[in-house]
Amino acid sequence: MIELQHLSKRFGTGRKSAPVQALDHFSLAVPAGCLYGLLGPNGAGKTTALRIVATLLAPDAGSVRVAGLDALSNPRGVRRLLGYVAQEVAIDKILTGRELLALQGDLYHLNRSERDSRIAELIALLGMAEWIDRRCGGYSGGMRRRLDLSAGLLHRPQVLVLDEPTVGLDIESRNAIWQVLRQLRDQGTTVLLSSHYLEEVDALANRLAIVEAGRVIAEGTPSELKGALGGDRVTLRVREFSDEAEASRVSTLLEHCEGVRQVVINRAQGHSLNLVVENAAVVDRLRHQLEAAQVPVFALSQSRASLDDVYLQATGRTLMDAELAVAGQRDPKAERKQAMR
Amino acid sequence: MTTATPSLAPLPEATAGTSAFAEIGQETLALTRRLFLQLFRRPSTLVAGVLQPLIWLVLFGALFAKAPEGLLPGGGSYGRFLGAGVIVFTAFSAALNAGLPVMFDREFGFLNRLLVAPLRSRSSIVLASVLYITSLSLVQSLAIVATAALLGYGWPGAAGLVLVMITLLLLVFAVTALSLGLAFALPGHIELIAVIFVANLPLLFASTALAPLSFMPAWLGWLAALNPLTFAIEPIRSAYAGTFQLNHIASDVVLKAPYGSLTAVGCLAILAALALGLFLAIRPLLDRKLT
Repeated sequence: MIELQHLSKRFGTGRKSAPVQALDHFSLAVPAGCLYGLLGPNGAGKTTALRIVATLLAPDAGSVRVAGLDALSNPRGVRRLLGYVAQEVAIDKILTGRELLALQGDLYHLNRSERDSRIAELIALLGMAEWIDRRCGGYSGGMRRRLDLSAGLLHRPQVLVLDEPTVGLDIESRNAIWQVLRQLRDQGTTVLLSSHYLEEVDALANRLAIVEAGRVIAEGTPSELKGALGGDRVTLRVREFSDEAEASRVSTLLEHCEGVRQVVINRAQGHSLNLVVENAAVVDRLRHQLEAAQVPVFALSQSRASLDDVYLQATGRTLMDAELAVAGQRDPKAERKQAMR
Repeated sequence: MTTATPSLAPLPEATAGTSAFAEIGQETLALTRRLFLQLFRRPSTLVAGVLQPLIWLVLFGALFAKAPEGLLPGGGSYGRFLGAGVIVFTAFSAALNAGLPVMFDREFGFLNRLLVAPLRSRSSIVLASVLYITSLSLVQSLAIVATAALLGYGWPGAAGLVLVMITLLLLVFAVTALSLGLAFALPGHIELIAVIFVANLPLLFASTALAPLSFMPAWLGWLAALNPLTFAIEPIRSAYAGTFQLNHIASDVVLKAPYGSLTAVGCLAILAALALGLFLAIRPLLDRKLT
């Protein structure tokens, strides 16, 4: 349904900031009727990719096809069947929610009765009746998101693209939106969403792609990806905070232990060791090995593979650490300027 | 939230039934409607927009109430002379602010909402601004014309009124194009407001709104004679002077400029050329920003 091939996009070729390669040979394929998640920290390129799919932005290179249409040569065709829910809700404070939806309907060329009945349907569906006739300026974050979602759904799009749909929402609103997204998928809409919440992608997505630094570095269904890890995960902390030398030493030691598939040093978290082991029995063997080598053990834990592990294995750090690393580098003002047309 | 209902199913391939004209019409009217809603729900803007020119008319007119007769070329009171200036300046100010809502939409992401929609033509966005400002200017101008009449500053007559409306229309088109161009070229609303602020008063003073060309030194006279506002003011002034005759529209001189004399038709032609030129000039900018 959506095919992105080798998208590249660069920002900041202007005077002030250094250029940023937002997308670097970014390729993706979303099958029809799928709820597809893009997982990655802020700054990974997810928003840029989604804006290109929504035809808001043209890539520097690469191709974009939606429902068989070339988005670059026929953007209007794509816009007719696509709904886009941006990360920051753009509302007009002076209009009421209903008026905003009516405007949206007119922009999508719905005839009046169609438009009005659809608005009524969506008001009922998303529980907006109480406040829909109040001005948007007075809406809470949850209300705005629901309004934005209904604006995206007004014309019954075949494809719905959402950028971080539940950021900043309370649990109730978040679950409500999840519910609607699942129902949309079940009834045939293709949903593409980006998120930096593991839980969200795990709960919703049929397939997902892990995005980092403008590239897709892992792709598949959640169970495929977790299965590809090849087993359970063990975290070993030799000391509370270790160092590179010690971590390397222990890593080499354990690599050769039977049943250990992989060892990765997690530098962001005190040089702890993350191992992938075949099964739970291997943990005992590890313990013996460590005792024999007189390696202290501060903590040793084991769990089934999670998406966090998938992320860690693919990128070398956890999602949270990736976010922290990026947090200092981003300039919200510059990004706002970029989003401005 | 309710349980799954049929309303979540997507539509199969959209049937293209409506004509381009109907679609553009629908888009444009919806966007224009939004601009009017913004105006009526912020009554302060509307009130200020109507009150300010009226206050100008009253105060400035009163300022020169006791000026000697015959001071102004063609005789008549200063109030009558000023009327045309106030009408044109009000329309000009309104049109110069046309870009502000567009700038805010750019900054706060609303424009992106418009750009994601399958607009038949993105010029609907521009068209809506033009429609809105033009209607607003016409209403304001009628209010000023009526007040001027009440204050005893004259009445242009039916033909004169038509001339007034056409002149204002052309000026408003030109200035709206300029304002929209600025709205897309400048980086933010602060810069746009600064430009509007700086442009407003000098353009007023370097025109024949407040004083005739004969009062000005040569250098200012040249500036005023090239100022687009002057090309709008003089035809309207001639309509107020009571000397306007429809069949002489191409022969009666309304503007005696340092470079030559211009008739009403001449002035209107210049305004039309300016409007067309500005729209063509901003087109590449709009294409770049809106595509």
